[in-house]
Amino acid sequence: MTHTHPVIRTAGLTRTFTRHKQTVEAVRGLDVEVHEGELVAFLGPNGAGKSTTLRMLTTLIEPTSGTAEVAGYDVVRHRRDVRRSIGYVGQGNAAGHMQRGRDEVVSQGRAHGLSRAAAHARADELLEAFDLAEHSRRPVSTLSGGQRRRLDVAIGLVHSPRLLFLDEPSTGLDPQNRVNLQEQVQRLNRELGTTIVLTTHYLEEADAIADRVLVIDHGRLIADDSASRLKSALGDLVSLGFASPDAAAAAAARARRIPGATVKASGTDVAVRVAHGRDLAPSLVTALAEAGTPAVRIEVVGPTLDDVFLDLTGRSLRESNEITATEGAAA
Amino acid sequence: MSTITRTHEDVTVEPTPARRTTPTELAAPGFLSDTWNVMVRELKPVFREPASVLFAMVQPLVFLGLFAPLLPEVETGSALQWFVPGIIAMTALMGASFTGANLTQEIVTGSHERLLVSPLNRSSLLVGRALKEVVPMLMQAAIVVAVVTPFSFDLNLVGVVVCLAMLSLFSIGVGSLSFALALVSKDQEWLFWTVQQTLVFPLLLLAGVLLPLEGAPGWLQTAADLNPLKYVVEAARHLFAGSFPADTIAAGFAGAAVVAVLGLVVGLRAMRHSS
Repeated sequence: MTHTHPVIRTAGLTRTFTRHKQTVEAVRGLDVEVHEGELVAFLGPNGAGKSTTLRMLTTLIEPTSGTAEVAGYDVVRHRRDVRRSIGYVGQGNAAGHMQRGRDEVVSQGRAHGLSRAAAHARADELLEAFDLAEHSRRPVSTLSGGQRRRLDVAIGLVHSPRLLFLDEPSTGLDPQNRVNLQEQVQRLNRELGTTIVLTTHYLEEADAIADRVLVIDHGRLIADDSASRLKSALGDLVSLGFASPDAAAAAAARARRIPGATVKASGTDVAVRVAHGRDLAPSLVTALAEAGTPAVRIEVVGPTLDDVFLDLTGRSLRESNEITATEGAAA
Repeated sequence: MSTITRTHEDVTVEPTPARRTTPTELAAPGFLSDTWNVMVRELKPVFREPASVLFAMVQPLVFLGLFAPLLPEVETGSALQWFVPGIIAMTALMGASFTGANLTQEIVTGSHERLLVSPLNRSSLLVGRALKEVVPMLMQAAIVVAVVTPFSFDLNLVGVVVCLAMLSLFSIGVGSLSFALALVSKDQEWLFWTVQQTLVFPLLLLAGVLLPLEGAPGWLQTAADLNPLKYVVEAARHLFAGSFPADTIAAGFAGAAVVAVLGLVVGLRAMRHSS
């Protein structure tokens, strides 16, 4: 991978909101660089500051302090240049629901300065590529969720941007459409070299498609690496079951002698988190049998990004999402 | 399901949503082309679905059908002659004041956000929308005139054209105010409708659209004198009848201009602060 000059560079990027006389720090001093050709995912629970960050980078809101340069332009002083340089797929639908899909692709092309003929040609090209041609003359409100999402992406690509932002692109899509969208995003990145920055609260999504995962929590960047390195740093989880709590306690004591291992024992269960756990497990099981405390059950699980998040924050990302969802419903 | 599968294959066959143009090659459109583009976009649904202009006309048509027949005959001729110009002004007010609801919907569904991130000038986003209001207003006025012409209603062509110019100005202003209200209400649709409904009827009554203001108590007269729509309606009545008293017509245009300027100032401010 040839990573040249950064297409995004933030320094101390901060945004606070005041609600009900309380100041909430949505994003706190973010320092991030994204290079050309990268596919980057901002991962974090709802309310972590992912979307606020994206909204600052796309000129929708101004930073409270700090700076951000996108495509070489300052997001406050050169808003229009930033807007001309980026594609944006927001959380909602790009196309007005009363409009027809094709009209909206054309109007976006015109907004970006394409001639009438070029805008129409580009619209046909994109609608074809996203398999929307036959639906493009219907009101957007009659399209399915998946069709509308494809239309959103098509609209975001009208001016062939070098940099594309997607805010929670697959939220609300069924699994099949989600996978299709992810493939399209990856293809865009690989075949055209488009730099892609997306936010997601789906672990699987960040894991599956991003070269680089920026984990955000409470407005701060808490991890920044490839998904595989984030996970391998955490190690595998070896779960062992024993015939009695005493055997479990003895086994836990033995397991604690493995360098770098984190061991938790409860009842007849012992959980060992250790790098290369799947390679160490057979010898551990043999050693325990020889010591007279044989394991009766064994399970080795590779780490997930949720484990990484749990390790970093002490909370599960899945649970954090569920809690915010419940709070949202109650509010 | 088949659609989804086909998507997958199609994209594989045609792998690149091809790049034919790069942003640096594109000239940045100016304010006028931005405004034009916004207006054309706004007009698309009107032309694709012309019957949509009837939606805002339900109330004026109800008044025309069920209220006008109750009016007593006046010395100068048919009551319609007095009533219809007011109803056309009412249609303009209704249509333009409803228009923010479309923006509210776009705020809720997300297309407004997309336009905010596009290179379109913020001022154009408002002005283009406001200018578009003239088109449905003209269509609606034509419908009202077509409906009443068989009922011994006379109109002066020059007067009507001048009147529609005045109402265009008025519609641009009311439309801008409606957009400003939508931008302030954001995703709270109820707020938009509450304010819109609360304001529209007092404005109509205080403009003498439904009943004459002559003989109203002093406080009501004063309130009506502060209502720009009153002057618009008075001028409209003269213009439709083919009389051109300069001061009344000037007052009508002044009333419409006040609304237009106020609307554009408030609307532009709201659009610049939209996020």
